Amino acid sequence: MSETDAPLLLAEGLTKYYGRQLGCREVSFALYEGEVLAVVGESGSGKTTLLQLLSTQLAPSAGRVRYRLRDGVTRDLAELSEAERRFLFRTDWGYVHQDAALGLRMNVSAGANVGERLMAVGWRHYGRIRGTATQWLDRVEIDPERIDDPPLTYSGGMRQRLQIARNLVTQPRLVFMDEPTGGLDVSVQARLLDLLRGLVTELGLAAVIVTHDLAVARLLSHRIMVMKGGEVIEHGLTDQVLDDPREPYSQLLVSSILPA
Amino acid sequence: MNAPAYNFAYLDEQTKRMIRRAILKAIAIPGYQVPFASREMPMPYGWGTGGVQVTASILGPDDVLKVIDQGSDDTTNAVSIRKFFAKTAGVQTTTRTAEASIIQTRHRIPETPLTEEQILVFQVPIPEPLRFLEPRETETRRMHALADYGLMHVKLYEDIARHGHIATTYAYPVKVDGRYVMDPSPTPKFDNPKMDDCAALQLFGAGREKRIYAIPPHTKVVSLDFEDHPFEPSRTPKSCALCGADDTYLDEVVTDDKGGRLFVCSDSDYCEDRRGAERSP
Repeated sequence: MSETDAPLLLAEGLTKYYGRQLGCREVSFALYEGEVLAVVGESGSGKTTLLQLLSTQLAPSAGRVRYRLRDGVTRDLAELSEAERRFLFRTDWGYVHQDAALGLRMNVSAGANVGERLMAVGWRHYGRIRGTATQWLDRVEIDPERIDDPPLTYSGGMRQRLQIARNLVTQPRLVFMDEPTGGLDVSVQARLLDLLRGLVTELGLAAVIVTHDLAVARLLSHRIMVMKGGEVIEHGLTDQVLDDPREPYSQLLVSSILPA
Repeated sequence: MNAPAYNFAYLDEQTKRMIRRAILKAIAIPGYQVPFASREMPMPYGWGTGGVQVTASILGPDDVLKVIDQGSDDTTNAVSIRKFFAKTAGVQTTTRTAEASIIQTRHRIPETPLTEEQILVFQVPIPEPLRFLEPRETETRRMHALADYGLMHVKLYEDIARHGHIATTYAYPVKVDGRYVMDPSPTPKFDNPKMDDCAALQLFGAGREKRIYAIPPHTKVVSLDFEDHPFEPSRTPKSCALCGADDTYLDEVVTDDKGGRLFVCSDSDYCEDRRGAERSP
């Protein structure tokens, strides 16, 4: 197996208990470069727990996550030092929160929000940082005129797009998204999804998207995992799972979408 | 009263030992904020309780103490701290920079270059340079530990985006010895270059925040900036109305209610020296 054929992210038997409460159990999968995986399921099914385990924000009770770093070496994320993990987080990874206020600095300008990662990895040229930020605002369809406005003055949809720009500016290889379209109205959602789909293909991003919205999964993902009660009950190609669900729960989930 | 009830320099010996240990650690790790068990002092927080404790711990009977507030020897804060040590330690005090062995300061670094025989003690209100960017103490400590200082530049970026230049004029962040980012206390950034490769030992005490940090003699101190917006020490582009100096840091003095203004050296000792005037005792 050549180096680039190796999976980017490997989850092996991930289990998380909150005390006696189960978060998720025995989740294993491999994610390859440029691949988008959607994790769907109802509230409380362990989707967000899984995302936090994958992104090392939570320590698993059992199992491990391995990641192929830019130097080609696949390492257990729990073995990385905190400095290495932070570096990974601001260069090779992105994390898009459902609530943009968690992922942005609401009181500093949009330009600084986008530029923060660049400054963190050592960019020290104001003009170049600003230039790159302007390009990215343009790319996520935010008027570059508003580069000096803080996200507090932005609408919900703009905040979400700004958050995406902030995450993608260091050209990560893997992006985690937690309900990226949650809380947005339908037309704004459509625009955001369109933008995301464009960026994911253009940049060849790998992504793990947690969502309860099957339309989001269908539009963005290649593969889909259905979770229920902390376990993965079905796993397969997106259209296969959505058009021909095997498990009764998946069938219920798919059939509960209102017909368009 | 000659204060026989007080120990030398007010603090008891055990407290001084504790503070000296913190100071030694601070010197060993330039720019690192060392926690210490700050004591109540007979003055309110914000009046230099940190600086006073550092001075009290390093003061010896043969020391000559100078205290300045905004560069001046004769403002309330400076006078009362000088009197405090004259009374509790009986040490000799002076207003002349060159004669002093310990100089406690709020804000300014004297214009006269300091020597290896001298120690400069700063009174620090807020020691954490990341405080207004990151409110969690646990997180700022971690950021220092990992040298994760990107956020500091976010602040400077914001300055340029809003004002067209780095508008921070005091408490301008510096990197000490290529490692720790440090708040030089509210000194004007005009004084930042004086910290670099300074011959004197520089000690910083924050009483309310319970932190001590230090810059050992001849340590590299670099003011943070951008390649295309380099650090510039700023001063009012005027000359002193009393001594005519055009390279010192100036204070603006309002002289009447008709818009009259006067610019004078903020370092009163330096100004008097230049004028060769009768010296105040």
